Formats: sequence, C-alpha cells, structure tokens
Amino acid sequence: MIPAAFDLVRAESAEEAVSLLGEHGEDAKLLAGGHSLLPLMKLRLATPSVLVDIGRVRDLSSIREEGDELAVGALTRHRHLETSVVLATHAPVLRHVAGKVGDPQVRHRGTIGGSLAHGDPASDLPAAVLALGGSLVVQGPAGRRTIAATDFFTGFLETALRPDELLVEIRVPKVTGAGWSFQKFNRRAMDWAIVGVVAVHNGTTGVALVNMGATPLRATAVEAAVRGGSSAAEAAELAAEGTEPPGDLNASPEFRQHLARVLVRRALTEAGA
Amino acid sequence: MMLASSAEGSPTSEGCTVKVALSVNGTKQEHDVEARVLLVHYLREQCGLTGTNVGCDTSSCGACTVLVDGESVKSCTMLAAQADGCEITTIEGLASADGTLHPMQQAFHELHGLQCGFCTPGMVMAAISLLEEHPSPTEADVRDGLEGNLCRCTGYHNIVAAVLAAAGKS
Repeated sequence: MIPAAFDLVRAESAEEAVSLLGEHGEDAKLLAGGHSLLPLMKLRLATPSVLVDIGRVRDLSSIREEGDELAVGALTRHRHLETSVVLATHAPVLRHVAGKVGDPQVRHRGTIGGSLAHGDPASDLPAAVLALGGSLVVQGPAGRRTIAATDFFTGFLETALRPDELLVEIRVPKVTGAGWSFQKFNRRAMDWAIVGVVAVHNGTTGVALVNMGATPLRATAVEAAVRGGSSAAEAAELAAEGTEPPGDLNASPEFRQHLARVLVRRALTEAGA
Repeated sequence: MMLASSAEGSPTSEGCTVKVALSVNGTKQEHDVEARVLLVHYLREQCGLTGTNVGCDTSSCGACTVLVDGESVKSCTMLAAQADGCEITTIEGLASADGTLHPMQQAFHELHGLQCGFCTPGMVMAAISLLEEHPSPTEADVRDGLEGNLCRCTGYHNIVAAVLAAAGKS
C-alpha cells in the first residue's frame, strides 16, 4: 500500500512549521514519527496534499522539570519516555504507559505529541495525560495557548487544535510518590487496548478510559464517587456511566462496559485509591 | 516505482520529489525520490536490497524491520524522505565482507531459529536492537522485546533460544 501523492516540506523550527501550515491551508498535515498518520495515508483514509515534516525540529524533544510540573516536548519519542529517569521519579505512570504503546519498533519512532494530536480513543497516552490532569501547549500564528487535556479531545480523531496550530508541549503535574495503575486489556501483545484504564491517586484521584467512546475519556462518575468516600469496588460500578463504547470483532459495547468496571476496580485498588 | 492502481483513487498530481542522502549498510546513497515512497520500497527497489521483506504492510508483523541509527524501525511505516541523513542497516549489512555471519545470524543458524524464513530478516534486526537496549535479557524480556515481530510458522521457541544464545545466555 502506497499513500496518495503529496508534497513534502520540511520545517526546521516550530515557527516555520506554523508558518508552513498557514501557507498550505487545511489540506496540510504535520508529520512527526508518522506512526498514526502514515497507516491512515496508506489506506487512503487520509489524503493530505502537503505534509509538513517536523522531524528535524530539535527543541521539542526534551523532558524538563519546571517547578511542580513536567514539560514534555511534543516530539519526545515513546522510547525516550519509557527510559526517562525524570519520569521514573516524578510521573512513573507516564513512563509505564509509554512503554506499553505498540511494540519496540513503534516506540522508537512514535511521539507523544503525535499520539495526542491524533486523538484516537484507543490510544494509551491520551488517557495517561487525562488521568494526570495535564494540559497541552499549542503554538499558532498569534503565539502559544494552553488547553486543558479535558478540553482537548473534541470528537473521533478530532481535537481542539486549529489547522494552523502545532502541539509543542505536554505539561503534567509532578506526582512524585503517588499511587498509580495502568490496566490494558488486549488479546495480542502489541495490539491496541480493547479497553484500558489509567488511575492516578495523589490526594485526589484521576481515572481515564481507553477505547470507551469517540474520544479518550475521563471517568468522571468514578472520580466523584472516590471523592465522596466510596470504596474502590463501589466507585468502579460507575465506570461505564455515560460511555458509548464501540462494538467490533474484539468486543461488543456491553462487554467493553463490563471490562471498564472490572479494570477500573483493579486500577483503583492498585493505585491505592 | 510501483504506483497504486486507479481503483484506489488516482492522485490528482504526482506529488513532489525530495532529495534523500543517507547511509545504507555503510554505503552512501543519494537519490531523488517521490515524497510518498516508503523506506522499505526505497531499500528494495532503489537500493536493490531485497532482504527486507514486506509482510503485512500495516506496521504489525515486523518483517520489514531495519535499523535506523541503530534502533529497530518498521520500514513500511516510514517515508524514505524521513530517513534523510540517517544510517540504515538492513540484513545485508550484518555479515562481514568475508562472509562471517553476525553473532545473531550465527545463533539463528545454529539453533534453527526459523522455519519458512520470511520473518527472519525482521526478527534478526529486531533482536539486534533488543540486545543493544537489554544486553542481558531474560527469556521473558526476549519474548516481550519481540512483540512487534510475528512468525506465522509459530516458530518462536527456537527464535527466542537463538536470541538468548546470542546474548551469551544459552
């Protein structure tokens, strides 16, 4: 399978990428690691006329401590996340989840920014950033703005990013010493989660769901129940509330809702919530 | 280069060509390629290195695994244009000029880490990358580290044994 023809332009900086997006309009797409976009293009489900290659933008692939937060450059590869000493100390959940994305080859190329900007409800990293209560820094022609992760995912493969904006940084609070859990249910090692759950317990409890609807989701009913003093088992019963999970070869919507309740219970228990 | 059939929807234009300059198995290569050319097709058709196989063509099976700057990558999911400036190693680049096999190839040979052989180049490249990152893996590490490579003969037992042997743990 070969993608439909397109033009490729290379950006050397975030500013240049934004300017190229403005120049080429809505038919342009950003190319980072390409591990979400290229498969879609090979299937001709995406046929952008221009790709803006940001793979050479150097200053967007670091993991920095900034006060109470961690700032992760959008071009940071999954492999970098899963081996990061800073994350091991201050956000081990993000490190662990990154290490469960795809397989080693995918993790050598895929980037956290690409995974979030793709907005796939079946992806693992969006749920980690949601459960952590993170935010996303995007750069457009008028400068930078910050979007809370809860406001970022707007529909199936749709985000709050405007066509001329570039995701430059993911910010998550340091959760040093916090309880956490990632439950990923699948049938084959390198597959997408049939259902996944990320829980972070750090005074308050964040719980997010993978593959339980059109977007990556926060399990808000579960979070409220935990806040109100419910046990893990009681709170987990609310895991499927308000969700409309897909049905496919792997699982019916009803089975996914069952899995969500079981996996949330396990995640809350493991996180110590 | 092979073009997609019109049944899939003809592109409105041929797209641009880009210059790529990279090292493949230590040899400098420079070509003008269509932007949409995948690395695996570039290696097979422009460089004539057909040891890298196209298997599933959907980033699942790992048959097309090569090393990009020393790390395993599925070359069906990377544009040749993205490899500009990189060092690529394919299965052809492993043995010495005198034909001495790479230790991983030798281990696959001695322990018969293959059945039909189709997944073998990708398995060997993924295994080399794995040992680079985990020089002393357990059997579980090897099985986990090869999760991105499928052997449809289900010959995993000897493949895992070969990787452990190459790591000096047989």
